[in-house]
Amino acid sequence: MNVSEVRPVKKKMSKAALTEHRWGLAFVAPPFIGFLLFMAFPIVFAFVASLTKWNGMNDMLDQFCGLQNYVKLMGDEKFWKVLGNTVIYMLGIPIGMILGLVIAVGMNRKIRGIKVLRTLYYIPVVSSLVAVAILWMWVFNYDYGLLNSIIKFLTGSHGPNWLGDETWVKVSMIIFMVWKGLGTSIILYLAGLQGIPRDYYEAATIDGANGWNLFRHITVPLVSPVTFYLLITGLIGGFQVFVEVLVMVPSGGLDYSAATVVFYLYEKAFTSRQMGYGSAMAFLLSLIIFVITAINFRAQDKWVKTMD
Amino acid sequence: MTLQRNKKTKLVDTIVLILLILGAVAMVFPLVYMVFSSFMTKNQILSAEFSIIPDPWKFGKYTEVLQRPEFLRGVRNTLMVAIPVLVVGGFTSSLAAFSFSKLQFKGKNGIFLGLLATMMIPFAVVMIPQYVMFTKMQWTNSLLPLIIPGLFGNVGVIFFLRQNLTSIPSTLVEAAKIDGCGYFRIYYQIFLPLMKGALMTQLILWFMGIWNDYLAPTIFIQDDEWFTLQVVIRSFNSYYAVNSDYPLIMAASVLSILPTLLLFFFFQRYIIESVAISGVKG
Repeated sequence: MNVSEVRPVKKKMSKAALTEHRWGLAFVAPPFIGFLLFMAFPIVFAFVASLTKWNGMNDMLDQFCGLQNYVKLMGDEKFWKVLGNTVIYMLGIPIGMILGLVIAVGMNRKIRGIKVLRTLYYIPVVSSLVAVAILWMWVFNYDYGLLNSIIKFLTGSHGPNWLGDETWVKVSMIIFMVWKGLGTSIILYLAGLQGIPRDYYEAATIDGANGWNLFRHITVPLVSPVTFYLLITGLIGGFQVFVEVLVMVPSGGLDYSAATVVFYLYEKAFTSRQMGYGSAMAFLLSLIIFVITAINFRAQDKWVKTMD
Repeated sequence: MTLQRNKKTKLVDTIVLILLILGAVAMVFPLVYMVFSSFMTKNQILSAEFSIIPDPWKFGKYTEVLQRPEFLRGVRNTLMVAIPVLVVGGFTSSLAAFSFSKLQFKGKNGIFLGLLATMMIPFAVVMIPQYVMFTKMQWTNSLLPLIIPGLFGNVGVIFFLRQNLTSIPSTLVEAAKIDGCGYFRIYYQIFLPLMKGALMTQLILWFMGIWNDYLAPTIFIQDDEWFTLQVVIRSFNSYYAVNSDYPLIMAASVLSILPTLLLFFFFQRYIIESVAISGVKG
């Protein structure tokens, strides 16, 4: 706290209010200091580093190179490729939403045993990402994997080379991500559905609406706040996908077909020790996330409905 | 008429239930397969014939995993991170949530928004500077990079607890002040007990997060003496896959999932409720 901030406060505040002001600030000081040390300072540092050719060892400021890293990034084919892969993986977001909503609608009935089912769908969410990624790596195994065994058992022919093929590896990752996150969409949609008053449906039914109409014109608009939340968190998380790729396809895939932005950034910064270049990529990634989130918040009035 | 409708609803209910069960089976099937294959022999797992049930049942892989010193060390290290972070971080988070929700001070909204904005910042952008910082401080040969940042509290937890406190009248603070109660005592004796339930749920979720975290440990921890459990599991996977000891890898994975799964089964009502609240209000 600096002096210039306190002075005007002192003038206006009573003694009791000043005491409260001081205690209030003291109580929020730990997270605020943590924010300065582990967020604000690193961000400034990352920005400065992104303007240098720093390798993590030499003097960073001696390596100043202006916007060169950013210019280089724009022409880096590998960067565009990993950005493309990252965006393709985001196909999992709408797939997860649709499945989640359909399942939640199914669960939003008074049937015995629904709670047990809800628990089962949620298990992948609480399971360790590394452990289930290892499991799915095995499920997708070309020769002995569970999936290809089932395909062989059912059709008699050999299934695709899931993780070894440029296209199938993306399908595999999307399947994995939808599986891992489906429980969250179900829980959230279920909570959203339970907030819709029954009489909305009853009134519409009297007016002659059929099941599809009810779903399309009552359910979908009224759960749109949940859809919005899933979209925002899905996009923010989607741009940062990394660990599942690192575990399941440690090489980044055939011709880098599975690698994501953070995967490439991690390799640049920690394997090739191009900390400056890695920082530039990280900074650009945050910028993309920030812009997309801002656009979504701007556009939310157009489609996100509230109950009142 | 009503009888017919009831019949129809019953039929729809049954169909829906069957579909939901099929879906749930598909969801859980890979995990069930993981458990079964941890009891198989290597030969069975690698045989061309498709089988799910172990034949014969082998329990030895679990003892083998539990006898690996790396595995036990991984569990110990993870707990050595989780315990101080949850105790101290739970305290600082709940104290800050109390202050944000019930006390009046200048700059409150600005600080709160600043903290909230950090939830949008990708870890990727801070991981490089943090790595450099921790290396400079020579923390990478210890668990400190995982412990210290957590002690300052967790923004998500603060946010949730603050929401939770809005339902409690602020007049409680005024009344306590008149009785001559200090601010810390107001937190400790009145508000902490009131947010106990919400705090417990948040701490359980936080524990799961620490237990399952892989990215931070793998970047910040250089010395394998201090590898957390997830890092150990991953290294098992690379190490034992070479000689295709999948039953052992699966057994280790099952053991690493078990604690969070048990916590979830025990506290699922609270966990699901708190997840739902953060989505609907968020």
